Amino acid sequence: MQYAYLLILITLLSAIGYYLGRQRSSRLVKQEIRRLHSLPGHYGMYVALWCSVPAVIILGLWITLQSSAIESLVISALPPEIQSLPQEQLSLVLNDIINIAGGIIVSDAPDEFLLAAAGHYNQLKGTGFLALAALLMTVCAGGLAMGMRYIRPDMRARIKVERTMQALMLLCSAVAIVTTIGIVLSVLFESIRFFNQIPVTDFLFGLKWSPQIAIRPDQVGASGSFGIVPLLAGTLMISLIAMLVAVPTGLMSAVYMSEYASDKIRTVVKPLLEILAGIPTVVYGFFAALTVAPFIREMGGRFGIDVSSESALAAGLVMGIMIIPFISSLSDDVINAVPQELRDASLSIGATRSETVVRVVLPAALPGIVGSILLGVSRAVGETMIVVMAAGLTAKLTANPFEAVTTFTVQIVTLLIGDQEFDSPKTLAAFALGLVLFVITLCLNVIALYVVRRYREEYE
Amino acid sequence: MVRSRDDIVRTIGKPLLADDERVKISCRNVNVYYGEKRAIREVSVDIAEQEVTAFIGPSGCGKSTFLRCINRMNDTIKSCRVEGEITLDREDIYDRNVDPVLLRARIGMVFQKPNPFPKSIFENVAYGPRIHGLARNKSELDEIVITSLEKAGLFSEVKDQLDHPGTGLSGGQQQRLCIARAISVQPEVILMDEPCSALDPIATAKIEELIDELRRNFTIIIVTHSMQQAARVSQRTAFFHLGNLVEVDDTNTIFVNPEHKLTQDYITGRYG
Ligand SMILES: Nc1ncnc2c1ncn2[C@@H]1O[C@H](COP(=O)(O)OP(=O)(O)OP(=O)(O)O)[C@@H](O)[C@H]1O
Ligand SMILES: [Mg+2]
Repeated sequence: MQYAYLLILITLLSAIGYYLGRQRSSRLVKQEIRRLHSLPGHYGMYVALWCSVPAVIILGLWITLQSSAIESLVISALPPEIQSLPQEQLSLVLNDIINIAGGIIVSDAPDEFLLAAAGHYNQLKGTGFLALAALLMTVCAGGLAMGMRYIRPDMRARIKVERTMQALMLLCSAVAIVTTIGIVLSVLFESIRFFNQIPVTDFLFGLKWSPQIAIRPDQVGASGSFGIVPLLAGTLMISLIAMLVAVPTGLMSAVYMSEYASDKIRTVVKPLLEILAGIPTVVYGFFAALTVAPFIREMGGRFGIDVSSESALAAGLVMGIMIIPFISSLSDDVINAVPQELRDASLSIGATRSETVVRVVLPAALPGIVGSILLGVSRAVGETMIVVMAAGLTAKLTANPFEAVTTFTVQIVTLLIGDQEFDSPKTLAAFALGLVLFVITLCLNVIALYVVRRYREEYE
Repeated sequence: MVRSRDDIVRTIGKPLLADDERVKISCRNVNVYYGEKRAIREVSVDIAEQEVTAFIGPSGCGKSTFLRCINRMNDTIKSCRVEGEITLDREDIYDRNVDPVLLRARIGMVFQKPNPFPKSIFENVAYGPRIHGLARNKSELDEIVITSLEKAGLFSEVKDQLDHPGTGLSGGQQQRLCIARAISVQPEVILMDEPCSALDPIATAKIEELIDELRRNFTIIIVTHSMQQAARVSQRTAFFHLGNLVEVDDTNTIFVNPEHKLTQDYITGRYG
């Protein structure tokens, strides 16, 4: 990573620029800082930005453009009969050259021209790097000089620096947004490719999920079927069980901690609950698979219920435990944010503490509580590990929580594990499932926003 | 005779009422501690029935603290400890057998900052009656809400918007809503902690009128920082200073002819 050295170099030069700019600005006004428009530090930053920003931009451009430039140079130096090869073979040759240049021997005795080209490649790369280093040094020094020249006591360095910083921040948030859009679009396009092979209606309303595609056309049970209803049912059932565990427990513990617990208990219990949130889901997973599932099976056996060794109930229960801290911690915060005056008002009319909680505190905290619940639901819908380990992989359409079911996320994982062709419906189905999952979580978030807004208007 | 700062341990004036019949609340040697700190020292005073008693005194002297002893709202503060005896109708309110929840239904409170619930106007007033089961059906509840709002002088202003949120009213209307909420459970005593401090003069005048009106049915204690307000609405005035009850007397006497130098200085604005 020679580029890292260049970055360090730029940083060093900028630091020097900062120091020089600071010094020059205060010297210009003979240490009477008040005559400067901005603080000396701002002038320092100003010079440092002049020094670093152009250089970093050039470095970025270089890195993106360099390899294709070098490759075309290498190709143009190859013997003409090789250059006239068709595109695919040419790129194979190029691959060989790069491998040889990197020290990987492709075949026992590479052709003469390949070795020559590899040497050429390495040489180009070396000179390229030197040229880049020289260019960056010049740009840095030039920028530094420019920045220094612009320093005047009445130059509005602070405003300029702040503008530049704002632009940088905008750039950073743009990175996040662009990435999100990119992910959504790629999922969308792959899904469209999938829907070209499998009709959307079959996908959305089909009652059978078995994505096995034949390897040979004459294989038995060859055609895969991609109906997501069993997956949807499984996801919903497990999430429902999880929420049945997490919402009452989480809310009750939040109410207990914010309304009843003494400070001593609170300082112990709250961090303990938050540790629950820090346990990796794999650990929850084997807890579910090795402890809870056998326990449920045994209990079921005693009551004469037939429980399979992997069951939606086990996964849902453990997932619920995993979600408790999210709900309790967030709800605790919003309950604490309810003004004490409201509690005083209620108590002063002769309401008991529990009446106050039920009739005043919880309604006032409702938007936040709903928000925390929906966050919990999103976690439940997106959770994979626990389900893989405790609920199984069988896509069965059932309403019986004692049977094995499977969910979207689990199926996405199984579809993509192992060697796959990237354009078989089986692989593409993962993207379509991802899209559905994305739409579901998006809807949940929109509902959460809506609920929070609506009640906020009414309550404040 | 003007006394010095040091011997205010014994309250002067007329802290105890001559006529035993008129005593609604009596406090004897009340001390209040926040942790180790004593906020109220040896306060003994009688509060007369169907009359307005004003608590005045510089900030931090313990008026609110003492007021909150009377309906045991101090119980909700963990570090707070109350010693001494306070009786309501000659029954000790700190007795083991007294349920503070029921006590608070008999002693209502209005706070410094209007604090309506984030519910409709109707629900705000119906809250207490609902909790205490005062209405057997919807029409009785309506009746209670309407009379409470009428007594608080708010009904004519809000009669068309009973289902609107109480938090949408103006500050003065909110405070009257809080008064309506307090009287909806028919308490015997109403404690008011600076009820007008967040209000403009017009809203203040309305509330003062209201207090004068309510005096016929309720015993009222009001904490105020306004000398004029104390003089206008109260019959008796108690002056607190650094946790001590310095002087209690008829409002007239306190304002025209105070005995203690501290009282004199405070009401003439020379305190400090
Ligand atoms: N919750 C509390 N915890 C600890 N100390 C308190 C608490 N509330 C009040 N105090 C202390 O008790 C003393 C009396 O306070 P209090 O609120 O009764 O004064 P006040 O006369 O009502 O003042 P103000 O006119 O400013 O409302 C103050 O010194 C205050 O610091
Ligand atoms: Mg106060």
